[in-house]
This record gives sequence, C-alpha cells and structure tokens, in this order.
Amino acid sequence: MIVHQLSVFVENKSGTLLRVLDLFKDAGIQLIATTISDTVEYGIYRIICSEPAKAYDVLREAGISASMSEVFAITLDNHPGRAADAVRALAEEGICISYLYTFLLGGKGIMVFRTDDAERTKEIIRCKQLASLDDAALLALA
Amino acid sequence: MYLNEEMETLTRTEIEALQFERLLRTLRRCMKSPFYQKRFAEHHLSPSDIHSLDDLRKIPFTTKQDLRDNYPFGLAAVPMSEVVRLHSSSGTTGTPTVILHTQKDLDEWANAVARCLYMVGLRRGDVFQNSSGYGMFTGGLGFQYGAERLGMLTVPAAAGNTKRQIKFITDFGTTALHAIPSYASRLHEVMEEMGIDPVRDTKLRTLIIGAEPHSEEQRRKIEKMLGVKAYNSFGMSEMCGPGVAFECQEQNGMHIWEDYYIVEIVDPVTLEPVPEGEVGELVLTTINREAMPLLRYRTRDLTRILPGDCPCGRHHKRLDRMKGRSDDMMILKGVNIFPIQIETVLMQFDELGTEYLITLTNEEANDLMTVEVELKDFSDDYPRLQALTREITRQLKDEILLTPMVKLLPKGTLPKQEGKAVRVKDLRKTLI
Repeated sequence: MIVHQLSVFVENKSGTLLRVLDLFKDAGIQLIATTISDTVEYGIYRIICSEPAKAYDVLREAGISASMSEVFAITLDNHPGRAADAVRALAEEGICISYLYTFLLGGKGIMVFRTDDAERTKEIIRCKQLASLDDAALLALA
Repeated sequence: MYLNEEMETLTRTEIEALQFERLLRTLRRCMKSPFYQKRFAEHHLSPSDIHSLDDLRKIPFTTKQDLRDNYPFGLAAVPMSEVVRLHSSSGTTGTPTVILHTQKDLDEWANAVARCLYMVGLRRGDVFQNSSGYGMFTGGLGFQYGAERLGMLTVPAAAGNTKRQIKFITDFGTTALHAIPSYASRLHEVMEEMGIDPVRDTKLRTLIIGAEPHSEEQRRKIEKMLGVKAYNSFGMSEMCGPGVAFECQEQNGMHIWEDYYIVEIVDPVTLEPVPEGEVGELVLTTINREAMPLLRYRTRDLTRILPGDCPCGRHHKRLDRMKGRSDDMMILKGVNIFPIQIETVLMQFDELGTEYLITLTNEEANDLMTVEVELKDFSDDYPRLQALTREITRQLKDEILLTPMVKLLPKGTLPKQEGKAVRVKDLRKTLI
C-alpha cells in the first residue's frame, strides 16, 4: 500500500537537478517517476526510484538534503472517471490530499499521493478495495 | 576572584586618576615618535596643553590609514633596538600595518590576557587549547603567552584540521578552548560525524569566543551544543591583540581594562561623543604601552558602554557585544542596518542552521535585500516551509523596517566558513 518516495530540496539554480540525476546514474539507480514544482524560493524534487534506501544514502553522502517519506500508490484502469472515483472515496471521508501525481507504467495508470491522515487513508483503501501497490509491486511494473 | 586585585577593583575615581597620570606619560613618549611629533606640530598642540582627561578630545584621531601611511616603523616611540616583536596585518585590503612591542609591552599584554582568563574561572591545572592562527595573527601568540602566564598547560593547536583539533581535545583533556563562534559550530558538526558527545566524551567546559560579531542567541546555541560556558572577548592587533576587553562570569558585557586603555564612543559620522549608553564607534587610547602608543585610535568597531555597575565588583567599563564594523553598516533605502540585527532574528528559529548570507542588489533606484539561510533539517512539507519563510520575513521586517526576500537553502549550500565569516555581499551598482 505504501511506496517510499525521496524528496530532495533543490536550490533554484542551473545544474542542481543534474547533480542529483548524475549521482543516481553513477549508482545505477533507475527512476520510476519524478515530479518537481516551480516556486520562486525553493524546489522540492520528489522521486520514486528502484532503490529508495540506497538512493537516500547516496544523496546524504554527497551532502544533499533529502528526506524519505511514505506515500500511497494505487493503480487505475484506463477508463474515464477512475481517478475521480479514487479521489471521491477520500473526499467523502473528509481527507485532504497534500499532493498528487499520476503516470503510466507498463500500460497501467498509477496515482501517487500523500494525505493529511495516513491511518484513515489506509482504512479507506482497504474498505473501498482500491488496487494499491508497494515498492516491490511498483518496481515489477517498471 | 581577581588575578590583579589592586587594578581590577579600582574605583571610578581611582581609575580616572591613574588614566590621567598614564596619559601624560604616554604623551611624553609620543613626542619621540616621528608621526606624533609631526601630527602635534600640525595642530599646534603640545602635551602641556592637556590638563585633564577631557582635554584628550583636543588630540586628533589616529586611523588605520595613518598606520599604513607610516608603514613600517613611523610610529615607533622607542629606538628600534628596544623593539623585540612586531605583528603585521595581512594587508589584503591595502598596505599592511605593523604593531611594535618592547619586552615590557609583551609582558603587560600577557598579564592582561591572563587577567581575562582568570576572570572567567580558568586556573593553573586547566588545559587550554588555542585554535587561532599563529604567526602574524595576534590571537595565536597573544592567548599562548597569556595562558602560559596563568600557568595553564597551553596547546598551540592553531587553526584548521577539525578532526585533529577534536583529537587534541579528547587526548589532552582540554578544558578550555579558544575559537571563533562560526568555528565552534563547525567543531560540533564534525564531533557529531565522529560520534563524539562533547559533554560525555570531553572535559571541555569553557569556550572563549570573539573576533567575529555574534548574537546572544548564537552564544546560547553554542553553549548548548558543546555543553560549555562561552565567554565573549574583544581584541584587535592595533591594541596588542586579545585581552583588551573580556566578559566576566556575569556574561553581561566585556570589561575593558581601563588601566591599559582610555575608552571613547563617538558617532562615526560627526565624530562627536555619543550620549552615554548609545551605540557608536569605539575609540581607544593606549596608556600602558611603550613601543607604539596610539592616541584616539578609531577601531571601526561599533558598540556601546553598558550602563550601571557589574555585580562582579569591577568598575572597569563594560562594552556591549560588537554590533559590527562602522564600515559594515549597510544603508538601505536610507535605513542603517547592521548584519548582527539580521542574525539575531535568524538565530531564534530552531529550524535554521547557523549559516546565512545577506545580498544587496538594486533595481533602478530600489535597494533589495536577499537573506539566504540554511535549514538545519529538511522535511518534505511545503506548507511548513512557506509558513517559516513568511514568519522569518515578518520578524526581519519588524527589526529592520524593510521587507527582505528570504530564501531557505538546503544545508551545506552556502560556502563553509573557516575564517572570519563573510555575511554581506553588496552587489549594488552605483547609479550616478
């Protein structure tokens, strides 16, 4: 149900992102999904990759500020309205989504998100029988 | 409690009487220096015109430029055969300057430093480690001789090589360390990396800090990190070096030794004395020096005299912590701002580390200030980072009356500072 996501605090400066990617390349770590948002002050680069624990160590050793967090990952059938169904399940219970991103992997739609209440989100995923993924399941699709 | 009870417990009246007597002796000595002979002649002044301590104000100021212009020996007031040591500034910003010492000057310097160290509770039996640079830099030999004079085992560790520094602390049972504040944080960082707990694994209890402006918050942070009492000190090579002024155990202002110096605080622009207790530029006259007396020397350091008596029983005036340099003062949109004001605000936030950088730029006629500060830890929480940025901005605005742009940076982004920290970058273009 839980996937480990790395967050890297990157300075808004040319070359900082490349530094992270080069470190991953050298360590043989494969990216599965990444997202970055643009704000004036700072950027948070969120990464799902093949070996999160190793990736975390690689970044720390290079002196790069990173944190590891647990996010939810569910698969969605490729039909209109599936994302709405999943989000509705959370909204009906009054759960707020902090951030969310989606991507296709092995022909399957994947939705990754974090909420303000991890325990209740777990319950909802169980009750509504949403198809969730863990690190290994996600990597198997890649 | 006092190393030199007679001098340390003088009353105000006694201090002033002693100062006047020593001033007259200093003026007679100055008449042997080519520089002061000429300076007095130009101002139609003679030592016999000085009838009281207040008359000191008849004498023109001495500046760093005077020292440069008369490099190297133009201010010597004794034959060079009596000079046994010289210290020189690096001269990175111009011609170097030179300070000369007779053997008696060196003895008195060591006595002053020993008096300071005794005042903060250090005794024979303590192990004193000095992480100052040695050689021309006066923080090295100055503390070395003073600590030895007191009878402490003194380790001339000198600057740099943090891991070796820590090894000395643990191997030699160092109880007191002299370090600049930014280096104290660095030490702690490396100790953490090495798995050393400063409280459990070392005997370090006293830290002497100084040489770079720091805030009370930063001091408390350092004390907590290293499990020590940290005492602020003030010195400058033109006044020998360390040992000019030092905190007593009250940790509330630095007693300046008035049997060595006459203290004035003046407005850096008008050069008139400021009202008592207000911030201005520190001006010092040496009255216990043979080789190279300096009259009304403009230190460029900004501070004030703390009002009231000190419970420690010493009547020597107390200097507030340095507010920066009169040449560090930033003028933004007509407002005078000192870097220390920014630092004081930043240090109140637990989320922030100790490294920061102030950058000044301008767009058309508009001055902009950017404050970059490193986060201590990073958590993936946008709303919290934004709220933190807003709160820092708000508090800075309250302090400096204009709104800076605040940027939070990942730890380790700003260049590591091993020497005196550079906190301000002024990139403003002149518009004229």
